[in-house]
Amino acid sequence: MSAAPPAVPAIEVQGLECAYEERIILKGVTFQVRRGEIFFIIGGSGCGKTTLLRNLVGLEAPVRGTVRFLGRPFTEADSAARREQLKTFGMLFQGGALWSSLTLRENVALPLEEHTALPRAEIDALASLRLAQVGLAGFEGYYPSEISGGMRKRAGLARALALDPAIVFFDEPSAGLDPVTSRNLDDLVRQVRDTFGTTIVTVSHELRSIYALADRLIMLDREAQGIIAEGKPEELAAGSPDPRVREFLTLSPVHGT
Amino acid sequence: MTSAPEPAAARATLQPAGDALDVALAGDWRLAGVQPSWIDLTAGVVLPARVRVTAEAVGTWDSALLLFLAEIAAWCRARSIPYDTSALSERMRVLFEQLEAASAANPALAPHAENFLVTVGNATRHVVGTARASVSFVGEASLAFGQLLRRPRKFRWKDCLDQMQQVGAMALPIVSLISFLIGLTLAYQAAVELRQFGADIYVADLVGLSIVREMGPMMTAVILAGRTGAAFAATIGNMRANEEIDALQTLGISPVSFLALPRLVALGVMMPLLALYANAVGIIGGMIVASGILQIPPSAYWIETKSIVDLHDVTTGLIKATTFGLLIGLAGCLCGLRADRSAAGVGRAATSAVVTSVLLIIVADSLFAIIFNLLHV
Repeated sequence: MSAAPPAVPAIEVQGLECAYEERIILKGVTFQVRRGEIFFIIGGSGCGKTTLLRNLVGLEAPVRGTVRFLGRPFTEADSAARREQLKTFGMLFQGGALWSSLTLRENVALPLEEHTALPRAEIDALASLRLAQVGLAGFEGYYPSEISGGMRKRAGLARALALDPAIVFFDEPSAGLDPVTSRNLDDLVRQVRDTFGTTIVTVSHELRSIYALADRLIMLDREAQGIIAEGKPEELAAGSPDPRVREFLTLSPVHGT
Repeated sequence: MTSAPEPAAARATLQPAGDALDVALAGDWRLAGVQPSWIDLTAGVVLPARVRVTAEAVGTWDSALLLFLAEIAAWCRARSIPYDTSALSERMRVLFEQLEAASAANPALAPHAENFLVTVGNATRHVVGTARASVSFVGEASLAFGQLLRRPRKFRWKDCLDQMQQVGAMALPIVSLISFLIGLTLAYQAAVELRQFGADIYVADLVGLSIVREMGPMMTAVILAGRTGAAFAATIGNMRANEEIDALQTLGISPVSFLALPRLVALGVMMPLLALYANAVGIIGGMIVASGILQIPPSAYWIETKSIVDLHDVTTGLIKATTFGLLIGLAGCLCGLRADRSAAGVGRAATSAVVTSVLLIIVADSLFAIIFNLLHV
């Protein structure tokens, strides 16, 4: 951290305090995510990973603290400035969260329709390209209820990438997926980063994904109500002074597959 | 002859041994079976200095045995008698200790336990929160409507037309049936009274005015509150549970302009049309009664209706209908957007949308009655 990179970090979180239904979950959360990094937020169930993510992207208002994206304030920004910034994010929700009344193509096209002045034909072409990139070519006309959970997640990713975002957030990308589908999604995530230089923030407790992808991670803890470790997964697994961190990162990820 | 052995009844035998009391458990201890009662067993027993429990003759057992042990332990503690479970099997002892620890753990004040003041406070905050959300929703919807006027190309016309079909065209059968029956009923009620004075023809006046000014818009609104308001709340509530609303927000798309506005516009356009249609069907219902039992020819009924129902009667009805439609849309969308993220939450949102819309319709109707009376229309 001493040799700070010249570029502004993608995300700067300072003293964030998050609550869920008026119960304080996290206090004094401070961290930075560098550009082009695959950054994991890990921790046991109920430690506030998803709450932190929802606070980061503005779905919940933090109790206190600030979030800056690419050097610009987000939490204190007015709604117009926030809307501008939201165009630079993509987010993949746990269940995909596709709009059920729209086809896959319309799902991917919607952000483009809302935020660009592109003509219809170009929007459709871009939407088809995005779907092809996640391996869903030929499914453009399907509705979300007609495809499998894994495909829904990939379609969700296609939608998250629609506006060529600088930062993409993932909420438990491998939850509910079989190991092969989950690994394919991991490959897809890495591909996105390598191709577009996208900064990626992932909430997960899937050890396999953590080791396969994470450049750096923070670990949250329920009792500590905050970050108990920050660093590279391998280094933390080997040398973290905190036994909770070592235990979490060294448990075998295989459950008799 | 390999029939399963009959389960032996659970037994506990008390055996005084010096100053101690030996409790020998035997048989099969099953929660579904019958267990001996410790209270009955100890009735009349001389209080011992110690209690020792053995379970050598126990066959199969489950939590029933543990509960019995807990009963013994509680009895002993109440009398300050030491008890000894060391003769039990390892598995029994471990589980028994867990049970004791679990029941001994002093449960912290349950998060849902509330006293009166807290309940009142929470209810007040809920009301304030709902009022604030309603006001900001109306504000946001107005802004979105302003944007629609400025940039009509950005509006989701396809969704709006879909909704118009759902709200309007699909509701025609039920609106027809109910308005027809209302017209019929009004005419019957009026006929009985008016006939006594030979004023049969005034059935047309009564039916015409009350349908056009009151019953047509009102009944259409009540039907749509149940049909459309509930559907809006359920659809939007379900979208909220599926994080679809969150997905809109993270893309900087306002859920109000994306989801609520097309629905509000659809209701605002279709409600007056449906009310107009309901008026016509209601008047036909009255006409059928009049020609059937009062022998008033339809042409006379029609002329009488035309002479009493003015254009401004129709207009006041339509103003009401549009207002009711917007209220139904507001209640439905707002309840959906504020729904809890669960199946039960979606159900509650739908119910509350219907109740709120009907309440708002009645309140608005009363206000209209007062306003129209002041304006002499």
